[in-house]
Amino acid sequence: MSIRGKAYIVGAFEHPKRKLPDISVAQLHGEVALGAIQDAGLSLSDVDGLFTGRDAPGVGGLSVADYLGLRLTYMDSTECGGASPLYHVGHAAAAIAMGKCNVALITLAGKARGGGGGGVAPPEDPFETIFGARPPLASYALAATRHMYEYGTTSAQLAEVKVAASLHAQHNPNAYLQKPMTVDDVLNSPMVADPLHRGDCCVVTDGGGAIVVVSPEIARDLPRWSVKVLGHGEAPKTSDGGKVDVTFTGAAYAAPPAFAEAGVTPADINYASIYDSFTIAVIEQLEGLGFCERGQGGRFVENGGLVAPFGALPFNTDGGGLCNNHPSNRGGITKIIEAVRQLRGEAAPAVQVRDCELALVSGIGGDLAARMRSAVLVLGQEDA
Amino acid sequence: MSESAAAPTGPRADVIDEPGMPTPVPEVAPELAEFWAATSQGRLLLRRCTACGEAIWYPRPICPFCHSTATVWEQASGSGHIYTFSVVRRGIGAYADAPYVLAYVQLAEGPRVMTNIVDCDLDSVRIGQEVELVFHRASESTALPRFRPVTRSGA
Repeated sequence: MSIRGKAYIVGAFEHPKRKLPDISVAQLHGEVALGAIQDAGLSLSDVDGLFTGRDAPGVGGLSVADYLGLRLTYMDSTECGGASPLYHVGHAAAAIAMGKCNVALITLAGKARGGGGGGVAPPEDPFETIFGARPPLASYALAATRHMYEYGTTSAQLAEVKVAASLHAQHNPNAYLQKPMTVDDVLNSPMVADPLHRGDCCVVTDGGGAIVVVSPEIARDLPRWSVKVLGHGEAPKTSDGGKVDVTFTGAAYAAPPAFAEAGVTPADINYASIYDSFTIAVIEQLEGLGFCERGQGGRFVENGGLVAPFGALPFNTDGGGLCNNHPSNRGGITKIIEAVRQLRGEAAPAVQVRDCELALVSGIGGDLAARMRSAVLVLGQEDA
Repeated sequence: MSESAAAPTGPRADVIDEPGMPTPVPEVAPELAEFWAATSQGRLLLRRCTACGEAIWYPRPICPFCHSTATVWEQASGSGHIYTFSVVRRGIGAYADAPYVLAYVQLAEGPRVMTNIVDCDLDSVRIGQEVELVFHRASESTALPRFRPVTRSGA
């Protein structure tokens, strides 16, 4: 298999100006994007893949996607200095060859004459961050308030997520918090951003993790049980030009292609690693992933719904970010690692899901109240 | 933004010079100079797409809905209601002296804008509450759009 002949460059545009004091870097990315897409005879509405380097404002391509109102199925922010766009063409061709996207937009733009270099602040900062939207818990709290208002979700239901994680963490000798908690423990912890209590938040830890992915030929010859990658979906969720809806996550967009590629449904999943920076994030992802109807996440987690090994959907059996580990304030790697343990049958015995054949991993990066990147993996046992 | 020559002028909201809460100075993107100049005068501008008719927030020249560049300024009425909020009790940076109310206000024109609710009892803020625009001066030439509960006589 190769990319040979699987992808074509159909649009190219170089901004005509060499001095641009009158527009921002975000707008400059927008203008070159429009130029190239018009050269191709396409519309930005056709773009489903975005490739940017560090010259894009903000972190990764999210702010550019938000600025332009893009609906993406694939995003790549590989940063390789001035060579980044060449990497991006190669990566875009591979993504197109595999059906991950059909129209890939690659932008590079910046204002070197203004000095600077380094990161460029995202265009949304003067309209969001400036009001105290950091720390992250503030924006997750905005989501929780609205979710409660629309669906009757309660603080006790949010607490159930923490309780489940803590019940798992007691079996993990490396977990940051190892003591089982009750709903009352969470509700009696200090309010940090109404309606979120301290107990609704993840731990802050040093640490890290890593993953190795190989071809089937190499996997076959290795002695350890391997885990098969069955499906992947991803999508940014933007602030939608002011029509922002804080009651759902990008998992609602990322999950369907992941399930379709894997050829399975939510009912087939035996174990789920779900990004748990805050309890409300789990509730909203459960809905978006299709494990319950929208608005029913709070009810889903009641009565031990997430507790291994016998709950409706055992989740985060390492204790998750809520109790075990959230290294570098990023929960993605530990989510994948625990799914691998479950599929290898190597989770802590008390929380190992019996006959765990299929696992799902859901990750969000960003915040619940404005914009995020979301990705979903479906993983299976070696012979899945 | 080339279509901005005939920027609207209308009623002005209060601009409070010493707001008594953190009011960081915004970084003014060149194409949004007019927006920020208007804040200093107590006026909140929206970007409106003349191709698809949508109001755009945060403001930008390219419509994120239909990708037209035919967008113009219009003045927002300054009224709206609370879409969601949080009383943040653990602030960081400029907001380390919490608590404060972070909120999305849905403007009468439609867009949901992130902001703070001010001049209010922290325990009385509610989703759906009617609010009105007030500006807090951040610098000589900029002010931040915030909102306060609409008080009715006798309330």
